[in-house]
Amino acid sequence: METAQKLNDTAQTNPAARMAQEPETMNQRIPYPERTIGKPLCDDPKMSMRNVDVFYGDSQAIYGVDLDIGKNEVIALIGPSGCGKSTFLRCLNRMNDTIDICKVKGSFMLEQDNIYDPKLDVVELRARVGMVFQKPNPFPKSIYENVAYGPRLHGLANKKFELDEIVESSLRKAGLWDEVKDRLDQPGTGLSGGQQQRLCIARSIAVSPEVVLMDEPCSALDPIATAKIEELIDELSGQYTIAIVTHSMQQAARVSQRTAYFHLGRLIEVNDTNTVFTAPEHALTEAYITGRFG
Amino acid sequence: MSKTTEQVRKSLKARYSSEKRFRAFGITAVAFGLLAVVVLFTDIISKGTSAFVETYIQLEIHWDPEELGIDDPTDPDQINVADYDALIKAALRERFPEVEGRLDRRALYQLVSSGAGFKLRDQLAANLDLLGTTQTQWLLADDDVDIFIKADVEDRQSKRLPEVARPWVEALERDGQTDIQWNASFFSHGDSREPEQAGVWAAVTGSFFTMLVTLALAFPIGVAAAVYLEEFAPKNRFTDFIEVNINNLAAVPSIIFGLLGLAIFINLFGLPRSVPLVGGLVLTLMTLPTIIISARASIKSVPPSIREAALGMGASRMQMVMHHVLPLAMPGMLTGAIIGMAQALGETAPLLMIGMVAFIVDIPGGPLDASTVLPVQIYLWADSPEASFVALTSAAIMVLLAFLITMNTLAVLLRKRLERRW
Amino acid sequence: MQAGNLVLLLVALGAVFYFFGWRRSYAVSAPLGGVRHLHSLPGYYASLAAVWCVLPALALLGLWLIIDDAVIRTNLMASLPSSIQPANEVDYNLLLNQIRNVAGGALNPAFVPAEVVAAAEQLVAMQARNQQMMSIAFVSIAVLGGVWGWSRVQPRLRARQQVESVMKWMLMGSATVAILTTLGIVLSVLFESIRFFQKVSPVEFLFGLQWSPQIALRADQVGATGAFGAVPLFAGTLLISFIAMCVAVPVGLMSAIYLAEYAHRNVRAWAKPILEILAGVPTVVYGFFAALTVAPAIRGFGESMGLTVASESALAAGLVMGIMIIPFISSLADDVITAVPRAMRDGSLALGATQSETIKRVVIPAALPGIMGGILLAVSRAIGETMIVVMAAGLAANLTANPLEAVTTITVQIVTLLVGDQEFDSAKTLAAFALGLMLFIVTLGLNVIALKIVKKYREQYE
Repeated sequence: METAQKLNDTAQTNPAARMAQEPETMNQRIPYPERTIGKPLCDDPKMSMRNVDVFYGDSQAIYGVDLDIGKNEVIALIGPSGCGKSTFLRCLNRMNDTIDICKVKGSFMLEQDNIYDPKLDVVELRARVGMVFQKPNPFPKSIYENVAYGPRLHGLANKKFELDEIVESSLRKAGLWDEVKDRLDQPGTGLSGGQQQRLCIARSIAVSPEVVLMDEPCSALDPIATAKIEELIDELSGQYTIAIVTHSMQQAARVSQRTAYFHLGRLIEVNDTNTVFTAPEHALTEAYITGRFG
Repeated sequence: MSKTTEQVRKSLKARYSSEKRFRAFGITAVAFGLLAVVVLFTDIISKGTSAFVETYIQLEIHWDPEELGIDDPTDPDQINVADYDALIKAALRERFPEVEGRLDRRALYQLVSSGAGFKLRDQLAANLDLLGTTQTQWLLADDDVDIFIKADVEDRQSKRLPEVARPWVEALERDGQTDIQWNASFFSHGDSREPEQAGVWAAVTGSFFTMLVTLALAFPIGVAAAVYLEEFAPKNRFTDFIEVNINNLAAVPSIIFGLLGLAIFINLFGLPRSVPLVGGLVLTLMTLPTIIISARASIKSVPPSIREAALGMGASRMQMVMHHVLPLAMPGMLTGAIIGMAQALGETAPLLMIGMVAFIVDIPGGPLDASTVLPVQIYLWADSPEASFVALTSAAIMVLLAFLITMNTLAVLLRKRLERRW
Repeated sequence: MQAGNLVLLLVALGAVFYFFGWRRSYAVSAPLGGVRHLHSLPGYYASLAAVWCVLPALALLGLWLIIDDAVIRTNLMASLPSSIQPANEVDYNLLLNQIRNVAGGALNPAFVPAEVVAAAEQLVAMQARNQQMMSIAFVSIAVLGGVWGWSRVQPRLRARQQVESVMKWMLMGSATVAILTTLGIVLSVLFESIRFFQKVSPVEFLFGLQWSPQIALRADQVGATGAFGAVPLFAGTLLISFIAMCVAVPVGLMSAIYLAEYAHRNVRAWAKPILEILAGVPTVVYGFFAALTVAPAIRGFGESMGLTVASESALAAGLVMGIMIIPFISSLADDVITAVPRAMRDGSLALGATQSETIKRVVIPAALPGIMGGILLAVSRAIGETMIVVMAAGLAANLTANPLEAVTTITVQIVTLLVGDQEFDSAKTLAAFALGLMLFIVTLGLNVIALKIVKKYREQYE
């Protein structure tokens, strides 16, 4: 927490320094590292990605990324806008399949299964790797139906009381139960932004995924709602593997155990969150976390 | 493997087959729609193409003044009323001397169209020297003969040509005395009881005058209304009421506009029935909502910055609209107007109400002459019992569709060409 | 045409006054040191003079066109000798027509009484006199107005504001045409319907099961008054519309879904415009297709199955009407489906839903209000569709739910009752307007509801 506070100060009090440095000149001056600095790999990974290249049509969005995500850890992906962190995240449950022009190369393993293996079923994959999006996107249905949607799809509950149980426990885990238990039949779109996002989290953990991907889950929320979500991520961290993309370095510092820094499609540095924020090895990482570009 | 994964795997097969069914259903729907287009067009084209040509019969015509009843060739009245049919009858008798008996003779005379005499009259009027000479002439055949000749040999049994006349027609065909030629009269004549003489030109002219009235009224009024609603109207109940009215009028069945035309324009204002002026008025009211809605959309697409720039230079609101907004929105408005016109051109029902279903032989000369329009002509022909009218109807439909396709293509091109991206 | 000539003359006069107005604006500005000392540009002064010339005269002409006929008629009929004074309204109209026809040369004067011939001569004279008076008044008003406008050209005159306010009033007038049209529709169908309901009770009309509007020629004939129970027409209309919707809704909806969610961009780029061709085909063409191709085909097929099929079966008309409505539903559905935010789809897909599950459980429920609105609009269209049913459906009013039999519809009856010769007072003709009123009320109701739903739905995602 302390580190984050410090970082925050530097970033906020130095607007002049930020303006003075143009990102392009920065890029030219600081070369990319030969290979990712720090500890991109771990011993017993939940997911492991090697040599990942992603293309949108003719332009390449990600260049040769190697990264492991450990079991039940929270990993934060940070970096300036357009650096490919969201794209990378969306590859992990093949959400990029829905974009025609997007092509993905490299190997993606979820434990023993190759994610891009044509034999592996994308429906099954997405049931195992859930996703929470930048903007809360509850379905225009009741709160109950929102959470019950996944279990119903996959036939996880055969009886009404089983479904009720799943809904309740998911909402409890998402810290939303006490707020909505009396109005489960009201539309999910009627909740506040922060509640909607927690509803989306409840929705995705209702199918008991192994991994939850979060794509800037707090960027559309106010600080109080953000704090609640961060608390929630903290609570979930023991049970689920979580990969979170965030713009806010404080958030990364608060919720994650490891942090990966992306820059223009390249994975520059991965390390324990503490190390990244207190002693970044690469100049680009340092430039970013000290707020010289964003 | 977790419990979830197991459960998911179990459900997968059923879910994927449901996915496939759904997709197949979608493909079927699209295919059905496309098939409908194909069937509709092939049906009409296959029925209609034969009407663009018609059968002629070759006969030896003796320009016998006596038979014609002409004793003074310089008298134009005599030339006009002379009995040209007698010449044709004589020629037919000469070609088929074996035919006797009143009924058979009558069948024989009916091989040639009743309008063929007019062709002879025109020729004689142009060249009086023909009198007393003998000449080989191609004369328009009757529609029964026409259908019989155009049909495949095995289909001929089912055609309407009388049994007794079949050998004669076949003899003519064998001797090369029948010929199929381009049907020019289809594009130059008005309606006729005889299919072989009927044409669409009167209807096309009627449509033209009707569209002229519609365009002259609907476009300026539509644009003016759109300008008022977008640029000047205060946001109040009255404006809302106008808006609601326009949206609802766009969805009122066209036949209701026909009732309006009948009750107001004809019965109240005493305008004549069956004239393009009234047709144009009714179609104006019908297309106005379409034109207003599209004109408003194109006015809306002019960015506010241009308006602010004009106002900032000290232009009045009216000057801003006239000098900047209208010219910039014009392509979109024209596109909308063309589409509205295409809609009006294909409209039938309201025109039935105001009496544009008359049998029109003469080509109308202005918006106050009784006339019919293309779609109504199609309706009238589709109702006629003779088999030849089926081909004529389809041919008229092809003409109508050709106009519509041209207009729509024009609209698309205009939009592509003049479209501005802000 | 006299009025036409007058309008042409007016245009010329307007141009003349524009020119003089222009000249005068220069003349009055010369002593001040040029046109920049005028309040407005010279064009506005010129326009103002022309407006003063044209507008009052046009108003006079319009007024005259409306009342001229009525004035002449009243005077003429009042001046008739008592021997031929008409006894009732029908005779009145007959006599008036006779006089008009004689006057117009359509009727040989030898065939009518001498009084009528005299009246016809009087009519011609009155018309000529009125015409003359009118022309003189018209030209003098135009010239007086123009001179007045011209004389007002002064440097301080706020000509631009005046011209612009005239233009603004004209724009507003154009906008009110929509209201006038609605008013015209309501009044025309309402008045004739009221006259109809004076002859036939509304209860019989709305709930009667017998429809045979043919009124007997002689009063003592059986069924002399005709029967005006419209239930069979309502039922027939609903039957055909129902068949049409059974075709159009699944096909339109599914093709919209397929093209929006599954099809490759290239397929969509081709298939969508081709489907939309169906929307541009005139209804009379569908009518022809239904009557000459589809109906015989259905009949042949039905008979090969051992069914009796009417040659003008409801099925044929409904089927073709359904084909006509497909693009209507598919383009409306396409609009609302593509308006469902991508985030909804992503949310569902990320939970491991298949594409069809996403569509069925998320996209369609989200788009449902919009789709329902579209379907309501389509129903209103099916009910009001005329040409297909006129050409392919029957005339006999059968009360049946069997799609293989012939039924008739409201629009078919309106057309049959009004096409051809009509007397404007018979219940038969007026019945068409009562049917028109029903049609208008029903379609208007459907439209209002549908537009409300669609509008509300749009706001939801904007």
